Amino acid sequence: MIGPFDFGPVLENFDLLLRGARLTLLLWAIAFAFALVAGLFVGIARSSPRRWLNWPATAYVELFRNIPVLVQLIWFYFAFPVLSGVRLSPFAASAIGLSLNASAYCAEIYRGGLQSVARGQWEGGRALGMGEVQLMGRIILPQAVRRMIPAFTNRAVELLKNTAIASILVVHELMYEARELSAETFLPLETFAVVGVVYFLLIWPGTLFSSYLERRLARQGG
Amino acid sequence: MPPVLRSAGLRKSFGSLEVLRGIDLSIAAGERVAILGSSGSGKSTLLRCLNFMEIPSAGRVFLDGEPVGRQAANGSIRYPRAELMRLRQRVGMVFQQFNLFPHMTALANVMEGPATVQRRARAEARRIAERQLARVGLADKAETYPAFLSGGQQQRVAIARALAMEPEILLFDEPTSSLDPELVGEVLSVILDLSRDGRTMLLVTHELGFAYHFATRVIFLHDGMIHEEGPPEQVLKQPRQDRTRQFLERFTAFRF
Repeated sequence: MIGPFDFGPVLENFDLLLRGARLTLLLWAIAFAFALVAGLFVGIARSSPRRWLNWPATAYVELFRNIPVLVQLIWFYFAFPVLSGVRLSPFAASAIGLSLNASAYCAEIYRGGLQSVARGQWEGGRALGMGEVQLMGRIILPQAVRRMIPAFTNRAVELLKNTAIASILVVHELMYEARELSAETFLPLETFAVVGVVYFLLIWPGTLFSSYLERRLARQGG
Repeated sequence: MPPVLRSAGLRKSFGSLEVLRGIDLSIAAGERVAILGSSGSGKSTLLRCLNFMEIPSAGRVFLDGEPVGRQAANGSIRYPRAELMRLRQRVGMVFQQFNLFPHMTALANVMEGPATVQRRARAEARRIAERQLARVGLADKAETYPAFLSGGQQQRVAIARALAMEPEILLFDEPTSSLDPELVGEVLSVILDLSRDGRTMLLVTHELGFAYHFATRVIFLHDGMIHEEGPPEQVLKQPRQDRTRQFLERFTAFRF
């Protein structure tokens, strides 16, 4: 007991929260990894002058950015099976929804990052006879990525918190377990205080790593 | 001997602005051509059309007698990316703003062409890069990042980077225009030194004195057309055209 608060029952069930946290991390890792890859392609398409690339990419970004994640997850779980005949597990629906949503945001980060690289850098590479893939991989992205790190960090943090929304589809991640625990113990205050700390501890090391990365890359002076 | 580089009826417009209005140019192997003209005369655009940093609006470019690009049935010319990539390996370019890669050391900048584009083994690419850095007098700056080099040093690295590809033709687009005056000399002496190799070089510049010593031919561009051309002795000292004379007078007005 700490003052009027009783953390005992919550901490006794801490393993439940840990299991939830594991699923939270898994959802986050899947969605973020997908978003980093898919976002790159959508981002490149977004910055392309070719309309057949630019237009669908813009539509994708606007669609997923302007609809709440909550609505998207529910849509993938309830509406998508009706249209496609494919039933998704709550976890799959959540993973897909979060992935596609995060990809739209990451695409915008890539687009901004690519545009921030001076035109002369593209010309410098082209003048050597580089192809577009070499140019992107060797010259443009390495410069763009370091400027994108703060934005990606923000997105990663946001995404980890968004995983809590999967609880409404009965995915047994951290938030779901927390609600269960709070209902069983009748200790919502204590439960959510502990859960807040757990979320914080999941996210904080990542932001520390990101600032370390920024400092390390800044040392080259470029 | 056929010209190594030739343009026929080369035109370039940006929107409604016509920058090049039909350039016929023929460059023989080993020629060093200085391209002069006031700003807006189209001299940089001409140079940039020759290695397709800009795609010409009309006209053709011939490299070693071969036309670049493919003419479609409707007369328009398509420039396949692969063909332009091959051409740019043979026609190198040095930019006004250097365009060094800031995330790479001087040596890595120079290695990039041989290693990534020509796919040479890293040890070989490194040897080539070290030799070219030594050539421009920067062997001791190999491990330095561009941000820690002076403008003149950066431009010399950029020259070494272009040389590492062993291009047959080298284009210089106002290579000293963004340098502090006291750094111009070191870059010009490097370029003058290169002229002993017998490589074909085209240079857009405002350094008339340098053009006089460097060039085997001087071209004066006005309003997107070749207004006058000839040996430096003639174009720079006895220009035949009024425009050329006016242009040159602006440079000599404050001589002391």
